[in-house]
Amino acid sequence: MNALVLDRLQFAFTVTFHYLFPQLTMGLALLIVILKGIALRTKNDRYDQAARFWAKLFAVNFVLGVVTGIPMEFQFGTNWADFSKLTGGVIGQPLAMEGVFSFFLESTFLGLFLFGEKRLSKLAHLGSATMVFLGSWISGFFIIVTDAWMQHPVAYQLLPNGTYQMNSFWGLMLNPWAWRQYAHTMCGAVVTAAFVMAATGAYYLLDRRDEEAGKLFVKVGVIAGLLSCLLQVFPTGDLQGKYVAHTQPAAMAGMEGLFHSEKGAPIVLMGQPDVEHQTIDNPIAANKVLSFLIYGTTNAEVQGLDSFPQKDWPTTLPLLYYSYHIMAGLGTYFVALMVLAAFLLWRGKLYQSRWVLWLLMLSFPLPYIANTAGWMTAEIGRQPWLVYGLLRTSQGFSPQVPAGNGLFTLLGFLGMYGLLAILWIVIVYRLVAAGPSAPSAHKHPEAITA
Amino acid sequence: MMGFIWFWIVAVMIAAYVVFDGFDLGAGILYLFLGRSEEDRATLIQSIGPVWDGNEVWLLAGGGTLFFAFPQLYASSFSGFYLPLIIVLWLLIMRGLGIELRGHIQNDLWRTLFGGLFTISSILLAVFYGAALANVIRGVPLDAQHSFFLPLWTNWQVGPHPGILDWYTVIGGLVALVALAMHGGLWVALKTTGGLSERASRAAGIAWGLVCAMTLISLIATIAVQPLSLQNYRTWPVLDVIPAAVVVSLAAIEILRRQKKVLASFLASCAYLTFMLVGAAAGLYPILLPSSTSAETDLTVANSLAGPYSLHVGLIWWGIGMALAVGYFVTSYWLFRGKAEGHYHI
Repeated sequence: MNALVLDRLQFAFTVTFHYLFPQLTMGLALLIVILKGIALRTKNDRYDQAARFWAKLFAVNFVLGVVTGIPMEFQFGTNWADFSKLTGGVIGQPLAMEGVFSFFLESTFLGLFLFGEKRLSKLAHLGSATMVFLGSWISGFFIIVTDAWMQHPVAYQLLPNGTYQMNSFWGLMLNPWAWRQYAHTMCGAVVTAAFVMAATGAYYLLDRRDEEAGKLFVKVGVIAGLLSCLLQVFPTGDLQGKYVAHTQPAAMAGMEGLFHSEKGAPIVLMGQPDVEHQTIDNPIAANKVLSFLIYGTTNAEVQGLDSFPQKDWPTTLPLLYYSYHIMAGLGTYFVALMVLAAFLLWRGKLYQSRWVLWLLMLSFPLPYIANTAGWMTAEIGRQPWLVYGLLRTSQGFSPQVPAGNGLFTLLGFLGMYGLLAILWIVIVYRLVAAGPSAPSAHKHPEAITA
Repeated sequence: MMGFIWFWIVAVMIAAYVVFDGFDLGAGILYLFLGRSEEDRATLIQSIGPVWDGNEVWLLAGGGTLFFAFPQLYASSFSGFYLPLIIVLWLLIMRGLGIELRGHIQNDLWRTLFGGLFTISSILLAVFYGAALANVIRGVPLDAQHSFFLPLWTNWQVGPHPGILDWYTVIGGLVALVALAMHGGLWVALKTTGGLSERASRAAGIAWGLVCAMTLISLIATIAVQPLSLQNYRTWPVLDVIPAAVVVSLAAIEILRRQKKVLASFLASCAYLTFMLVGAAAGLYPILLPSSTSAETDLTVANSLAGPYSLHVGLIWWGIGMALAVGYFVTSYWLFRGKAEGHYHI
């Protein structure tokens, strides 16, 4: 394996693993603020207890997000030195701003939130939860601005020495790609958190324990889940998809498995792309739907991969196709499940509908898969470009780092993150098993001095 | 001018990282020596519990700012120091888990395991940071494209093609180890009571003696290895106040500690670390990373700097962001003032 492949694998693996945690914490931060807000308004202690339980789960996921996030910032320099050198004048801006504006905010107020419940007033404690939420969403914004520039470079100039420099701050921050992607990504984070909360509640109800808390979790999870799943499809997903079709038509053709340009292009719901023969095997397709979704009219011509030279086709085409179809298919399932659950909730039958609770409980891994597949769609679709249209992926890695070193660190990350995954399972299992009414596992000073 | 400003902005952020995260790293270095009982160990962790993560943010914000202001330096040094940097990442992961997960399960083996991870990673991180700084002072074999790649060690000699670790950088690592141990000891002495506080203060005193010795050795070694570091001091004699401040603050640490003025002693330790780093930065400027092969390939402020427009915009948001960050830090440290025993985790 050459150094480029190893650098790509390492970044893909570490960022995919990392994003398992922020997608939950960004969404959960919002739900915790909502729980604490309701607690403060209604003076209902159950909501405070729920917020405390979810804060424990938040803390574990947050720390894993932090420790797996630090390598992301370092790896631009370690594994993608030429990319950093050439484009640091642009992407250095949002990455530095993330550190300055988000991480200080997030870490300080998480400390206040986790350790300060007895020192702060109820309002100030809600305030620190809100600041944690703000910090994590600001962090997400700057990361999306960075990625959006790679997807759709704007507000830059090329200097004679070959480096790119930002020439408009607001142009970079208001990149139209960024705002579409941000809305879609953050909405996806709320979907994950809502499903996790609903699944935990469903588990308690099915297990006939902690039923008060279980009902509350299911209710909040299903309402938040319904809203976020709907927003995920429309307008955020719709806007994002149309923008991809206009700015990266080759990526869109790859996502849809559209090998040949067509008027009234069909949408392939299922089927396996055969790149060699440029067909889809076993297709189940809906006629003219793709043209309609992109252009709003059933007869519009959609550019297929044959409109582009093969060297500009997305590499690993089948993976792009599957990522996109998994994301879109799961998104459809989420809407169906949440509409059903919300209907039963409204009719007052959800807590007794054990088969729906089973579905809710078993569905919690699916948003993680959908969010991951969504990111893979965006980043594999961008290939073979590192910065779309400007810099190829093969021009961005660190040529001075020998491949043997890259393999060593890739193996190291695989091993280390494998252990992290086991630890995560053990600790989350214990927290969920202990239940929402359990006292903190941390030994308390009162207990020490007593 | 922009180069000068951003050089010092990055230097100050790195100094802030060392001063803040330094005390929780130091608490980690001393964890096993000070924590005789489970109560002591839990209290020691509590003393850094609400703040360590915020302290570590200085590393990320400083690194991000370095990338923003000096993309060429970021690209060259991060890829050139590939292996040690990735090892630092692994150590940061282990350390974060050690602190946060240790209290999760009430079981002696679990706590021993995660406490052990916390202390080992703290010790190794301190050594790596010191060695990293020594590498920057000593220089690396930069080629015409300003790239280099260094193995972890070669023959432990300083030369045009050294390893990351040679005798000089090992001295740098040891300086950092004893200095952060002292710094962390004073923090623990400040934030705890009783036997733990007394032991921490005594440990800081022992570390102080080692710091004095190592500071002197490292100074002599630096002049021998990198004579250029004296150039700025010869050109601008006013800079000599920095080494003078190092000596004064170093003396103040021990005098104040013996007078049981622990807070003042800790602040003197903050000053000592800051002046050490400022002194090194003042010796380097305007070089960011000297070349061990030819002065023509040095990475300097001039040849690494980002574009003027970005840097202008950067000054505005950096100013706003730092004012906010200082506000957060004041709030947090004020709220968790006093002894650590009262910190209550949700």
